[in-house]
Amino acid sequence: MALPTLGADEIIAFLDDCLEVEFTFAKSEVPAAHILKLPRQQQDYILNLVRRVADTNIELAYQLACNSVLALEAMDERLVEEWAMTATDYYDRLGLYPAMSVIRELDGFIDTAHERAHGSVLAEEAGVLLPFLHGLSGRKLKLQAGDDTYTDTETIFVPAIIALFEDRKQNFLLYKATVAHHWAQIHFGTFRTDLGRLPVEQLGVFCSLETIRLDACIRRELPGLHRQMLSLRVLTGETGQALANELGERLTSPGADVSTTLELLDRVAGHDLPAACYQGLIKPETVADVMSRRIEREKAYFRVALSDLAKELQRRVEEADEDGEQQTRFDLRQRPETDSGGGERNVQLEFDGSPVAPPQNVRELMSSIIVDFGGVPPEYLVAAGPGEYDLRKYEDSSLNPDDVWKGSYHEEGAMLYNEWNFKRQSYHKNWCVLREIEVTPVYDDFVADTLDRHRGVLKSLRHTFEILRGEDRLLRRQPYGDDIDIDAYVEAHADVTSGMEMTNRLFTKMHKEERNIAVIFMVDMSGSTRGWINRAERESLVLLAEALEILGDRYAIYGFSGMTRKRCELYRIKTFDDAWDDETRGRVSNIQPHDYTRMGVFIRHVIRHFGEVEASTKLLITLSDGKPDDYDTYRGEYGVEDTRQALFEARREGIHAYCITIDEQARDYLPHMYGAANYTVIDDIGKLPLKVSDIYRRIAT
Amino acid sequence: MKTKVLKPEEHFITDEPYYQPIGQEIAVFEAAYKQLLPVLLKGPTGCGKTRFMEHMAWRLRRPLITVSCHDDLTASDLVGRFLITGGETTWIDGPLASAVRHGAICYLDEVVEARKDTTVVIHPLADDRRVLPMEKIGELLQATPEFCLAISYNPGYQSVMKDLKQSTRQRFVALEFDYPDAELETEIILKETGIDTETARLLVRFAHMTRDLKGNGLDEGASTRLLVHAAKLMSDDVSPVVACQTAIAQAITDDHDMLVAMNELSSSLF
Repeated sequence: MALPTLGADEIIAFLDDCLEVEFTFAKSEVPAAHILKLPRQQQDYILNLVRRVADTNIELAYQLACNSVLALEAMDERLVEEWAMTATDYYDRLGLYPAMSVIRELDGFIDTAHERAHGSVLAEEAGVLLPFLHGLSGRKLKLQAGDDTYTDTETIFVPAIIALFEDRKQNFLLYKATVAHHWAQIHFGTFRTDLGRLPVEQLGVFCSLETIRLDACIRRELPGLHRQMLSLRVLTGETGQALANELGERLTSPGADVSTTLELLDRVAGHDLPAACYQGLIKPETVADVMSRRIEREKAYFRVALSDLAKELQRRVEEADEDGEQQTRFDLRQRPETDSGGGERNVQLEFDGSPVAPPQNVRELMSSIIVDFGGVPPEYLVAAGPGEYDLRKYEDSSLNPDDVWKGSYHEEGAMLYNEWNFKRQSYHKNWCVLREIEVTPVYDDFVADTLDRHRGVLKSLRHTFEILRGEDRLLRRQPYGDDIDIDAYVEAHADVTSGMEMTNRLFTKMHKEERNIAVIFMVDMSGSTRGWINRAERESLVLLAEALEILGDRYAIYGFSGMTRKRCELYRIKTFDDAWDDETRGRVSNIQPHDYTRMGVFIRHVIRHFGEVEASTKLLITLSDGKPDDYDTYRGEYGVEDTRQALFEARREGIHAYCITIDEQARDYLPHMYGAANYTVIDDIGKLPLKVSDIYRRIAT
Repeated sequence: MKTKVLKPEEHFITDEPYYQPIGQEIAVFEAAYKQLLPVLLKGPTGCGKTRFMEHMAWRLRRPLITVSCHDDLTASDLVGRFLITGGETTWIDGPLASAVRHGAICYLDEVVEARKDTTVVIHPLADDRRVLPMEKIGELLQATPEFCLAISYNPGYQSVMKDLKQSTRQRFVALEFDYPDAELETEIILKETGIDTETARLLVRFAHMTRDLKGNGLDEGASTRLLVHAAKLMSDDVSPVVACQTAIAQAITDDHDMLVAMNELSSSLF
């Protein structure tokens, strides 16, 4: 039976509660009057949505309630939900005002929603377009969404969404054509001249002329793509080449380059050249700026790389014959085949007259330089003298995480992670700001002291783990193997003489068991661990590390703590690559309690670390002393739900999560987060160090 | 039709296997063979290492015994083992022992995949002793001058576990193989399949595109072998884009985006 429609009083009461009318003086009557007219199912839907948004901002929820009926008339429920979530997302990122405008400008949203329905979105297609672009060879270009379509010779800017055609496939094709066209601009030398000299009003004509030339280049190199580009132009109704034959021929001949285009520029004055749908713009200032910086940088890198190469080659030459000439000279030889645009593949780097195979980085630099100049200028081929360049000034200046907080607040150089809001049932995008922080090792007697105190335990631990270690085992009575199992053979022989059937299991075989486990320990470094707990945590880590060294499992140790979403700090104690040496031990002894526990973001970050290792079993073990808890709203149910969501994400990546805690109330919330069997509560802190190794043995073997 | 049964040590290659030399490898191998030196071939998969070995076996008129190494291959798989027949144990030579006995060329393909204990039998064979210790029957097998040991290894697999130890690699004359340059590769495809020059040239261009993507989503670019496969499909009227997708792209990766991207690249070319 269908539920009865809600009355005005019920709706007003619900809205009053959601919108906290007592404090905000919002008038629930206005939206309630709209909602009243809806069928029950839609009433529930809208009210639910209002409550979810009210959790973010009450004013926003009020506006939503007022506009919701209009929205439901224009869109289906899926889009209405997207509309509400876009607004909350804007609120998170940009503040109340832009979020309100999303709600108010319903029409605008409906339009873009329509575009999204059949358009092609860069964010979705980038996974294909980027490898496609890289496959076209030359410089490793980047792809980015921008307001205009153009390239600065390092990045190609394309619209975030293309919805020119009705068919999604054709919109994708337009992306492909746009990307290829701008690649061609860079690759076939549109920028090998100073475009800054061109009067601004001629840029458009120049661009169209270049398009004719580049289309011809693409036709020679990538005939399939050229056909697809033509089909696009037919769809948009462009006439293609509207140029006098003789001019067109000059542009499309294989010898044409950008100077041909410039020569013809005056002769086509007055012509109305059609613009191809993929040609975009040319921005000479941006190009000149990016190019000049790159040229300087690459020249430095290339010459320094050559000087390294020269030293290496010289050493080999000297080893071969003692009277090797001291002068180091590079040369380039053009290979006979010149038709393909393979860039660096057509030239051969030579050293003292004999060809050398340059290392990967030199090859990449060479192909980038050839793209800029059409060849490698002779002055590039002189190896850099000692101290001629200071490469540091070209390096990306990355910030030292420790310094970031010393200055004013900013998010530069940090990693951003989403956070799950269970009330809203959606993620806050790029919500948490996480930095990895180096722990300075402290060389005190903590580790030695721990090892000494737990001497007895350690001995038995070592023994247990040694047994666990996958040693070679001799398997007996195998049907196939390295050697004959004499015992089995004697028995079988006796069987045969007594008339029984002879078994074929007569061999021994060496069986090798290899462990392939990667484990990350996340240690709670929140303020509440101060004192005893902290010491117990550190002691557990020491014992565990000793045991793991025997077992040979790969392991990493991170500590986590932070304050608010803007400052989540992961302390790097041991990465997978670090050895368990004095320095790492020193870092373990310097694990100190800091601030709060915002769990979700750290789990999400650790998932990323797991992505970098290959292992058949991935294990995440958390040592904690209580519920997820942070200074702001991250407490109670919110924190638990976000952590739970993060653990789901981990499970999706094939990571097993396990929690060891000393919080006696943990039985109330841990099963919800980790699952019924994936946690242990330890009552006595003193037992933690012993228990941890024991638990590890149980779950990882 | 009747299948031929041959023992590997009695199998001589009679028809010349097509091999297009890239550098001096044939001369170097012949010299190493004459001087009783073992040879190490390194290079990416599908660039012609195995074909080169067949060609050399034909050239030197010796049988070729190829062992594809896997991670369960032990020393006794190479040397031999006792088997039981009719209440008695009989010794059966493994491929390596059989090659030494018959003066064949023994080629251990992807040798790093094998168990570590195989080095025990390779080492004495690979230095100037040239003996194969067969400890189970208490014999030492002395190699004749006709015997030759060759191993192959792909340095592209950057794994600590799968690296050749210095003590092993420093016993060998090393020949490096790489994909041939564009011109030569086109020629190889033409010889092997008989498609037209233009298609072969585009195919090579496609291979270079995928090789540029190595490290950017692909573990390995298209090998010459894959190009030959694609060209063979094309010569049997499979459309070039489909041939590239099935014979090359699908063979290199399972990643959906990469597959689509490679499909876009091949459809741009043909």
